[in-house]
Amino acid sequence: MSELGGPELPAGLSSPDPQAMPDPNASPDPQTMPDPKAIAGLGGDWQRLHPMSPLVRAGRGLIVIVAILLFQGLGSSGRGSGDNDLLHIGLLVVVTVLGVISWLVTRWRVEEGVLRVESGLIRRTSEGFPLSQIQAIDIVRPGLARVFGLAELRIRLASGGGKAGRLAYLTDAEAETLRVRLLALSHGMVEQTPAMARTEQALLTVPPGRLFASILLSGTGLVLELVIVVLVVLAILAPGAAAATISAGAVGLFGLVVGLFRRFNGDYRLTVADAPDGLRLRSGLVETSAETIPRGRIQAIRMVEPLAWRMFGWCRLEVDVASQKSKGRQDRNQAKAARALLPVGSRAQAAFLMARVFPDSPEQRLPPPARARWKSPLRFRYLSWGANDRYAVTTSGRLRRVTDWVPLAKVQSIRLLEGPIQRRFRLSSIHLDTAGRKVHAVLRDRDRQEGLRLLGGLPDRCRQARKLEEANRGGLRSSS
Amino acid sequence: MVEEDVNEGALDWHAPSPRLRVLRRYEVLAATLVSLFLVLGIVVALGAGVLAVVAVVVLLVAGSIADVVVGRRVRAWGYAERSEDLLVRRGVMFRRLSVIPYGRMQYVQVTAGPFERAFGLATVQMHTAAAASDARIPGLPAVEAARLRDQLTSLGESHAMGL
Repeated sequence: MSELGGPELPAGLSSPDPQAMPDPNASPDPQTMPDPKAIAGLGGDWQRLHPMSPLVRAGRGLIVIVAILLFQGLGSSGRGSGDNDLLHIGLLVVVTVLGVISWLVTRWRVEEGVLRVESGLIRRTSEGFPLSQIQAIDIVRPGLARVFGLAELRIRLASGGGKAGRLAYLTDAEAETLRVRLLALSHGMVEQTPAMARTEQALLTVPPGRLFASILLSGTGLVLELVIVVLVVLAILAPGAAAATISAGAVGLFGLVVGLFRRFNGDYRLTVADAPDGLRLRSGLVETSAETIPRGRIQAIRMVEPLAWRMFGWCRLEVDVASQKSKGRQDRNQAKAARALLPVGSRAQAAFLMARVFPDSPEQRLPPPARARWKSPLRFRYLSWGANDRYAVTTSGRLRRVTDWVPLAKVQSIRLLEGPIQRRFRLSSIHLDTAGRKVHAVLRDRDRQEGLRLLGGLPDRCRQARKLEEANRGGLRSSS
Repeated sequence: MVEEDVNEGALDWHAPSPRLRVLRRYEVLAATLVSLFLVLGIVVALGAGVLAVVAVVVLLVAGSIADVVVGRRVRAWGYAERSEDLLVRRGVMFRRLSVIPYGRMQYVQVTAGPFERAFGLATVQMHTAAAASDARIPGLPAVEAARLRDQLTSLGESHAMGL
């Protein structure tokens, strides 16, 4: 079961036709890589996206329209309803023309450390994404894009209302090269051999079987199974009632299944790799994605151990990078703000990854005072916290155990909270706020005196950690 | 008390302007009067004299309790400037004490609503990259708010660190 440190990955398992659909886990073939200078956009010239982009973006919708047209055309050819056909074809032409226009007016280039994307015909928008603020770069390939060998490049920044810079679509090779170059530029390296950044060492892969089992045992999965069991029992006892229930709750049931499939699809064969430019996460069944989180951009890590997983000793690791709440339209990717570093794995695998990502995280953990049992009876057995000069770790959770690691260098502010019940027991909670969105380390129900001491001392420790990190990074940069 | 122990009492805590207390009192008064009129209107329409007296008494008591609570909350609010960070404390039932390093500051926001402006007050809020950071100081005299804003901005620049 354990696949620790196996650099060899079974290729071609996830795609029935390896030529049409490049395997998500296979490292990009060096021979398909053009010279970085070959991408004109990097040289400062304006560059268009791939001509197939509008087609891929319209994606499933367009396929459905064409299918309907073909179907109707076959069906109605005998009866000859030409007007209707003309209308449909006109609609298709309009959609195509709009797509082509949007492709024509969209262009991008990299100038002086800023990725600039211009789009729009009537309302021209020009967006600039400063490369020095890159938090992560994703390469996403939806099913249709994979057929054409295309990929979307997403640049995640901390600011900008959670909006990502998107280049959809580029060819696979372009996207890979661009990622390498953008990451190199974001680290302040002007000239760097891109070949170096492509050698990545796979750390571990999650077997699909285990992922499937873990999803069946997750909260939503258990709900779905319960519903199915109830429906089956109902179908045996009263078939009429069962049919009525299914037709009434079909939408909800469908939603549940789709949600679970999306999780399975998103984390399918997730591979964590150690690349020179950061941590790389590759995954996906239909839509594949490859995320790169540069070193030192991780704001926090969380380990979750749900109750139902405990009999297998499984846990889930999540990483959090800096992002702000988007104010307007909610980006679909925002839901994935805390990305699974390990969707499901043994504690040994989690510890192995932790040692790679946050080396020498604190071992020693302090439990809260015994009287905290009265304030948090369910949580009490899981409450603890620990810190060394680089990281803080807190544990909590009622039914599931949650462990949060936060680098002290990333702490933005520290808050001490004391509710009415806590005050009765002379307890207080200390929150360590980071720029991430999902993971928040909370030192719950500590002794008040300890809390105040920490509040006095932690800011200084965070400053020291920050200086240490800067010194380390400076050393790395000068040596590279 | 929460504030005594951080940095061994060497802190110089500042409180919001006493005018904030007056402003809050007026707010409570306005809310009480509005609800008084509403309730009295309903009771008179129903034509129950005893109920009217009871309603008035209940509302007046509620209003004065709210006034006391608001007063305590105003008094609980305070801030202290240390060499490297800003401390903000607030709350009576739920007490909070935040430490925000100047270097983590993204921007300072000074806001003043119409009523605050009428009292010559302003609210200063310090924003960090973390959404959870809680550094709002209401009811500062406009001059003090401007001073604090400039002070925080210059300190933020000199201590600045990246994400």
